[in-house]
Amino acid sequence: MDDLLLNQFLLLGAVLFCLGVYGVLARRNAVLVLMSIELILNAVNINLIAFGALWGSIAGSVFALFVIAIAAAEVGVGLAIVLLIYRNRRSVDLDDVAEMKG
Amino acid sequence: MVAQNIFFYLFAGAIVFSAFRVVTTNNVVHAALYLVAVLASVAAQYILLAAEFVAATQVLVYIGAIIVLFLFGIMLTRAKLGRDQDLTNRHWATGAGTALLLFGVMAYALVDQFHWKQTPLPADTRLLAVNGSNTATVSDSVFSTYLVPFEVVSVVLLAALVGAIVLARKD
Repeated sequence: MDDLLLNQFLLLGAVLFCLGVYGVLARRNAVLVLMSIELILNAVNINLIAFGALWGSIAGSVFALFVIAIAAAEVGVGLAIVLLIYRNRRSVDLDDVAEMKG
Repeated sequence: MVAQNIFFYLFAGAIVFSAFRVVTTNNVVHAALYLVAVLASVAAQYILLAAEFVAATQVLVYIGAIIVLFLFGIMLTRAKLGRDQDLTNRHWATGAGTALLLFGVMAYALVDQFHWKQTPLPADTRLLAVNGSNTATVSDSVFSTYLVPFEVVSVVLLAALVGAIVLARKD
């Protein structure tokens, strides 16, 4: 109970990841699903930084920066798609977007 | 060391509570604001792990830019402001079961593989530093070892922004 442990950060990342997975599965509003994906990406970033600190390597930080950049690109394109769905059907309810369901 | 642990649990509690509220709240704008709390607390964890440049980037890019994009998305899709009971679908219990099962598997694997309390992080927060700060090491590394991935990421960002404009443009 004196040093910071790797397990602390890995378990925190696991909790955050699972909350994000729950949000992706359970939410109906497309914007909220995108927010849950951000939770998942942040969980991955915590793991990357924690392992980088464990091995004394800078690669964890660099990869976390790349993940942040890709997350920004993903949110931009994702919100544009959500906006397009809203413009075409006046709703962002994902339960209504089921044309490709078998 | 004790202070680090106190702040770890403080911010971990803030992360878990706020993330839970992000996925359960009935108000879309509140979800975005709780997401700010999650992202700020994650930035605090990065500082605990001596990655101050990533923490600053997290605050600038996530809290400064991505949250604003989310608020624009909420506004432009005219989500109902205030409470909305329709934000969670009928099969939320299946989602909760899947998430709990996933957490069980991951927690077992993590505790089993990285035996509890046997992998301390470097106590010296300057262990990573070469030129006195982590930031200098990150920038050296980005512009030498990771130069090609860095350029590819910038092209990906450009392509994504052009794609977003093409998708969202009215014509």
